[in-house]
Amino acid sequence: MRYTLIGAIMLGLAMPALANEKPIQLKKADGLDKVEGNCAACHSLDYIQMNSPFPSAATWDAEVTKMIKVFGAPIDEADAKAIGDYLKKNYGS
Amino acid sequence: MITRRHLLGTAGAGAAFVGANLAFATFDQAAAEIANIDAGLPDGTRGEAAMERLPGKQPLIKLTYRPPNYEAPIDYFKTPITPNDKFFVRYHLANIPEKIDAKTWKLVVGGDGANGTAEFTLADLKKLPAVEVVAVNQCSGNRRGLFLPHVAGVEWGNGAMGCARWKGAKLKDILVKAGVKPEAVEIVVDGADGPVLDKTPDFVKSIPVAKAMEDTTIVAYEMNGAPLPHLNGFPARLVVPGWTGTYWMKHLVSIRAVTKPFEGFWMKSAYRIPIGKFPGARFASQESIGPNTPITEMMVNSLITTPSEGSKIKSGKTAVSGIAWDGGAGIKSVEVSADGGKTWQAAKLGKDLGKFAFRPWSADLSIGKGAQKIMARATNAAGQGQTTELIQNPAGYHHNLYSSVAVTGA
Repeated sequence: MRYTLIGAIMLGLAMPALANEKPIQLKKADGLDKVEGNCAACHSLDYIQMNSPFPSAATWDAEVTKMIKVFGAPIDEADAKAIGDYLKKNYGS
Repeated sequence: MITRRHLLGTAGAGAAFVGANLAFATFDQAAAEIANIDAGLPDGTRGEAAMERLPGKQPLIKLTYRPPNYEAPIDYFKTPITPNDKFFVRYHLANIPEKIDAKTWKLVVGGDGANGTAEFTLADLKKLPAVEVVAVNQCSGNRRGLFLPHVAGVEWGNGAMGCARWKGAKLKDILVKAGVKPEAVEIVVDGADGPVLDKTPDFVKSIPVAKAMEDTTIVAYEMNGAPLPHLNGFPARLVVPGWTGTYWMKHLVSIRAVTKPFEGFWMKSAYRIPIGKFPGARFASQESIGPNTPITEMMVNSLITTPSEGSKIKSGKTAVSGIAWDGGAGIKSVEVSADGGKTWQAAKLGKDLGKFAFRPWSADLSIGKGAQKIMARATNAAGQGQTTELIQNPAGYHHNLYSSVAVTGA
């Protein structure tokens, strides 16, 4: 079933599905603000830590592309590049 | 900020740890994490996974908060029935209703493969003849985190599974009420949960009509004699015994009989495996619309629950026990080894709760001194067994290597 929650997304609010969610602190580095501002709308950021440090650069690029093309994440090109660079540098192999 | 990795590294400092995490002071979280988070998982997973409580649940291993993905520690599999409050939690998308009112909940049945439509309240479902089946619900990607090389996804250890006694109405009876037509090829199911973004493909699945019409394929409203926990699909979920958890739609609200293969993302692109690498039923109608073939039946598998990984035990006779399961042929035998697989002996099978259930087993093994590797392997009634080498596939499904624990005999 679908719900329209675009309003909340536009405000950049993370929406915990459950009250027990704790903040995730990813590595502080260039691009972290773009990761937090885009990725956390749909999923908690522990997804990134969990999938590390094994992904190759190509794997992280493919993940970012999948989020945009398949899952419809509204991320502009500049942010997508910043996110990809951040993931490759900080959570890649 | 103190990171989880840091805490794991300083687990000996128990007092300081509990003081820093008052919410979890009721059990020894650090000790539980060390014991439960498999050493074979990616480093990043081991750094962030933690024992945490969801509403109505005992502590589970949190892999991700949102959508929630929490697996059971191996200790919870010491009984062949997994209690509801120890049952794992898995969602694909994060828009999950906080609560569903059983009084107003409705299941709508129709589709172009049905002559009409039908609606069921929970009371209506309970008026249909009830079926009970004990069945394992295991995520397709259980043990994905143990694949080498690692593959992306939810990095499950051993606990993305559970076995319960499910009670509900036959899907067949529900479909008949809506007048399912002979030309229907698949039954499409959808739940009340969904994506955060409108553009994200909703989690919708389909099964072949033949599987839908089996007497043990049910819409379950009871789990181990109680209503389903919310996070396991309250008030009703699909139960597809023998098939991996991806088809067991939670919070079921829609069932459609369709005359063409369902082309949603979660069927056409996700949950697919190479043809010919694994035994198991073929989902023929789906093979015309996407690559390879959808995952279907679970592989033969086993888990050693006693002793636990890394334990120090007295050398000599040691009781070893665990569970075994498969896709529905039923477990025929389990063998165990005390020497890392050089020699094997038969384990004694425990109570048979049905061919879709966890089958308990036990054996007395002679354990030598020093580092030892205890192993187990199961065989089903169809003669299929576990593998000695990983069968690689892009999404890391169907991990069924021989199970093993490393112990030290003293």
